[in-house]
Amino acid sequence: MPRAKPILLLEDDIVDASTITQTVEDLKVKNELIHRTDGELGLEYLKDPSHKKPGLILLDLNMPKVNGIEFLRAIKSDRELRKIPVVVLTVSKYEKDKFDTFGLGVAGYVVKPVDYDTFLESMNTVIQYWMWNDLVDQERQERKVENAKL
Amino acid sequence: MQNLKPILLVEDDHVDAMTVRRAFRDLSITNILIRSVNGEEALNYLSNEKSPKPFLILLDLNMPKMNGIEFLKIIKADDRLKKIPVVVLTTSQEKRDVVRSFDLGAAGYMVKPVDYARFVEIIDTVLLYWRTSELPKQDSPIADAEVQAAATR
Repeated sequence: MPRAKPILLLEDDIVDASTITQTVEDLKVKNELIHRTDGELGLEYLKDPSHKKPGLILLDLNMPKVNGIEFLRAIKSDRELRKIPVVVLTVSKYEKDKFDTFGLGVAGYVVKPVDYDTFLESMNTVIQYWMWNDLVDQERQERKVENAKL
Repeated sequence: MQNLKPILLVEDDHVDAMTVRRAFRDLSITNILIRSVNGEEALNYLSNEKSPKPFLILLDLNMPKMNGIEFLKIIKADDRLKKIPVVVLTTSQEKRDVVRSFDLGAAGYMVKPVDYARFVEIIDTVLLYWRTSELPKQDSPIADAEVQAAATR
């Protein structure tokens, strides 16, 4: 089982942040969720050696000061930080955003659904995936929200 | 849609490749699974204009000729190929391999379990995740123009 590194959430929208926090709680994720409200504060967190490095970053794109793309560019050019997988969580369906973020090496791009249940399902998929990557720790019995198979 | 595109499996071990095929069948995954036996063959496939580009690459690490790490290094330095997510599927639990893979831009690192049921669960999760995640279109300059045209409409 993982040494439970924290998950860093960068999201400026208070409602979205609390929705994400809620899904993470509902999915019984044991990792600590650290929340910062823009890319600048995210970078500050990551560059502070007294802070625990996250195992995974959940990144919104439209944020003030340093936005998601700028944040990505900064961490992907850092020898240490670029090893942390980044999953984009956004409302943006723009092709350019997908193109740019994958060009910068993101490990997933999830468009936030409006409906909570659908969002919970998407988050469940994200959590399960990173659990198999040994980066998310979850209470095992809660592994449900069965995925519809093709 | 990424759902119709093939998935490229880079795996030298025949038994392991068959296990992936079996998991695909058991999960009724309809995407075509293309298999290359090493990194070199996979690169040949990817650089051939006529080959349909995969939306996802499942990569073993320990392979002859060109191993998974070398393959990752090459495709992540190639502007046309670097946007395809690469998920490492390996038996190696070595910390060094995990760190190097993520450092080179892998979008996942799964340790192959011995137990088949667990393996199916992993394949199911990987496929579901990459269906949940959006991906850039292959011919992105055109797509960008389309998006801009739509935005100014």
